[in-house]
Amino acid sequence: MSKKLYPLIEREVRIAWNGGNLWMPIIFFISIAILYPFAVGPDAKILAITGGGVLWIAALLAALLPMERLILPDRENGFLDQLTVRGYSDEWIALAKIIGHWCAFGPPLVIASIFAAILIGQGDDKIGLIIMGLLIGTPALAGLGVTISALTAGLNGAAAIGGLLLLPLAIPILIFGAATTSPDPGSALQLLAAASLAMTVISPFAAGAALRALRE
Amino acid sequence: MVTDLGKIEKTCLLGFMGQGQSYKTSIMMNNLACMRSNRLIYQNISQKIVGGEILWVKGRNGSGKSTLIRQMSNLLPTLSGSLEISGDIALTDEKLVLDSNLPLEKALRYWADMDHSSLTKLDDAMQMFDLILLSNIPVRYLSTGQRKRANLARVFASEAKIYLLDEPYNGLDQDNIAALDRAMEKHVKQSGLIVIASHIKPQITIDHILDIDQRPAKSTMQQSDLVGIGR
Repeated sequence: MSKKLYPLIEREVRIAWNGGNLWMPIIFFISIAILYPFAVGPDAKILAITGGGVLWIAALLAALLPMERLILPDRENGFLDQLTVRGYSDEWIALAKIIGHWCAFGPPLVIASIFAAILIGQGDDKIGLIIMGLLIGTPALAGLGVTISALTAGLNGAAAIGGLLLLPLAIPILIFGAATTSPDPGSALQLLAAASLAMTVISPFAAGAALRALRE
Repeated sequence: MVTDLGKIEKTCLLGFMGQGQSYKTSIMMNNLACMRSNRLIYQNISQKIVGGEILWVKGRNGSGKSTLIRQMSNLLPTLSGSLEISGDIALTDEKLVLDSNLPLEKALRYWADMDHSSLTKLDDAMQMFDLILLSNIPVRYLSTGQRKRANLARVFASEAKIYLLDEPYNGLDQDNIAALDRAMEKHVKQSGLIVIASHIKPQITIDHILDIDQRPAKSTMQQSDLVGIGR
């Protein structure tokens, strides 16, 4: 029997909204877009060429911020235990977590990317590509975030270890995502979709296994 | 004529099923053992409890009461022996499951909705534990005793037949201990099953006592016997 996912997803978004997990990554993302032209100078040509890649790096780093609060609080207040008692499987819990985390992370980031792209001087066609790329790439980032959050919950220095784990695993997303905004994208968008799909599909099982290990 | 017969058959079947279900609520433990991080917590636990009965799991601090409750809740794997549970479970332990930013009533309603409990049952539970006046106060502002009562109300609002209560008396004053006892009696009357893990003796009528400290055959099985099974 499939258990209800909706209450879990709704709770995830509510907690992100109340706890700052929703705004922090967005403010971080926008601030990089504001700071970048100060650092490299206002040359529109350079900004237009390099801006897409910078936005993808910003998105990746923004995905790190909420990671610490994704699993640990629910483990400590017994929420995860209560779901298990009610017959939720660990994979199902992980899936709800990933969808909930994406809802609180993906769409706000995509909306913020419009402003960020304008700040960095991207043309209209590039903005469309960045939006599309982030829509495709953020589910994988959400899946990785929840998985690593479950793996590192309760460890000393979980945030640092989580960052070290996430960044290398997210490299395919970064490479293909940034490549979509380059002058000669080739089939970067398709490769981004393939990489994202694979990670998104695997992550509920990986995160589920991590949740199971966490309970022992 | 045919439809009438069908109806009769259906009601009989439903009646039978209803009876069957209420009778079926049970926990059966047979030679249950638990080992955590290579340490044997307990072994040879055998006990049968059915709906309408209360089991008191007795033992000192650190004797494994909470572990047994967690094992019954399906949160820990069964190392050896068997554990059969029929019926839905509601669990409360030292963890406050309620969302700390929500007002108490909303936090409780979240779980009532998850369990498809009726709102009247939630209201009753809040009344029983004297929480009505706290309905609009965010959970993070509640005192220790109030949190404990809120957690108990969450369990007693549940439609589950099996209530697993880990140290339910901790942090409660005399009036609230009496309230908890009344609530438990009511649940048992409705053929519910309750397991209380507590280091102090409950004041209500107990049907079974399981003393974890004095497992009769503690020495028959050495830890080394179990290490192989654990892997």
